[in-house]
Amino acid sequence: MDMFWRQMLFAVLIRPVLWFAIGLRVRNRKGLPAAGPAIVVANHNSHLDTLVLLALAPFRALPLYRPAAAADHFLKPGFVGWAARTVLRIIPIDRSGIGAEKALAPVCDAVERGEVVVLFPEGSRGEPESLARFRRGIALLVQKYPCVPVVPVFLHGLGRAMPRGTPLFVPFFCDVAVGGPMRLSDLPGDEVPDALARAVTALGEGLNVGWHEGATGGESVTKDPHSPDRGKKNPFADEGQA
Amino acid sequence: MLEWIFPTETVGIVLLSLWGILIGASLLVRALGPKLSENATAELKDRTSTWWWIVALLTLAFALGQTATVIVFALISYLALKEYFTALPIRRADRAVLLLAYLTVPVQYAFVEMGAYGFFAIFIPVYAFLLLAFGLVLAGETAGFIRSVGILHWGLVLTVYNLSHLAFLLTLGEAEGVPLEGFGLLLFALIVVQANDVLQYIWGKLLGRRKILPAVSPGKTWEGFALGGISAVALAYGLAPVLTPFTGPHAILIGAGLAITGFIGDVTLSAVKRDLGIKDMGNVLPGHGGYLDRLDSLTLSAPLFFHFTRYFYGG
Repeated sequence: MDMFWRQMLFAVLIRPVLWFAIGLRVRNRKGLPAAGPAIVVANHNSHLDTLVLLALAPFRALPLYRPAAAADHFLKPGFVGWAARTVLRIIPIDRSGIGAEKALAPVCDAVERGEVVVLFPEGSRGEPESLARFRRGIALLVQKYPCVPVVPVFLHGLGRAMPRGTPLFVPFFCDVAVGGPMRLSDLPGDEVPDALARAVTALGEGLNVGWHEGATGGESVTKDPHSPDRGKKNPFADEGQA
Repeated sequence: MLEWIFPTETVGIVLLSLWGILIGASLLVRALGPKLSENATAELKDRTSTWWWIVALLTLAFALGQTATVIVFALISYLALKEYFTALPIRRADRAVLLLAYLTVPVQYAFVEMGAYGFFAIFIPVYAFLLLAFGLVLAGETAGFIRSVGILHWGLVLTVYNLSHLAFLLTLGEAEGVPLEGFGLLLFALIVVQANDVLQYIWGKLLGRRKILPAVSPGKTWEGFALGGISAVALAYGLAPVLTPFTGPHAILIGAGLAITGFIGDVTLSAVKRDLGIKDMGNVLPGHGGYLDRLDSLTLSAPLFFHFTRYFYGG
């Protein structure tokens, strides 16, 4: 699809529909990079995550945004594959076990081209509103490109609007908190994923909006004494993790 | 000239007066600015600018006519319902039924637009209630069933059913030669209820001493409630001949009624928020909180005003 039409699609269809259906409440939207190269790191709970980040990106910088996504999952024939390639413009990641360096090679190319790469270091959509351990790939990227800023983003509520395992979308207000750019190059490699996870979680804690269950990262046990789900794991997480 | 834009000249005049009040309020806030703390000034500025948006939206809707206004109310109900569901504890099993609950909004407002009173009055409390509850039964998750049904129904009545009564004022129509100007009635209700909010708040700040419901809403005082209520009644008495066919005694009666139900709606939402442990239902409206924080005083006032008008003035 021509870049122009893609911009039009986002401006005229995707953004208004998302606003109406989800009603995003965004904090520090300007933190999203307006120029590359940059790495955006976010928690992952729903297929909507990518779409929302692209819709929030500064309009002129939208062509630079490339979300990394699993090749086996998204490059299917048919509508999904087409949408992944032309609308979302994903960077396909080969998950067949060829090794982190090789799998990340296309991401490195994108960074070198000056694009804004969007990564979900948890690896796959986790239980809604809980944060899995960040994978190593992000550490490799940070070490290879120490000057590229890393922007943490916390997404909240999208796992409720459209969780794993169902295409049924239900409108809820969702929140997005964008952090300031980080330079993690002075940290030892194995501390990078945890540092980023902490940054993303901290962004989540800054959001205080009528959320009732399992508010921020890591916490998936409902504490409310009156809730019938008390002590149970997050009631939204009835599915196992991939 | 105003008749070209607004449904009646009177409505146009009152709306313009609202703009005038807003300008006055903004100037006042600006003048008071240096004398108050920074937080207080910021909050006042936020509140005033939100009011600008609200009045602007209302003006636009009224200028565009009945259908546009009904659509605007439908959108407001939708947004309020979404805000409600976002804040309340929802089980995963509830999701599909929630989607159906959202769909009651266009249906209910279609009944409003068509003036179908029977359907409008029965649809949500009887049929949506039972059928959606059945939907939850079909979902199969019985742990927390009662709570979910309660949350669902409460939300629908709070945000969709009650608010739609205001929109229905527009289709009440004529009766016995007394033309009911729906827009005038609607504007009257909105002004009196919102002014009651503001007046109770101001009087409470000035002279408030004894708290009414400290466990629920620590800000509310007897002085604020009584004095604010009396001011609201006075406002209703003065405004009624301009916008409504109400007689003097009726104006006082409905003014008092709206002051009381406005208060009830407000503290009811406060109780909900206390139960949830939150301060506001959202932060969409700067200085006010969420949509529901602004609409709470209307939730019980709307049906009261509607039925009062319908009873005494037919339609």
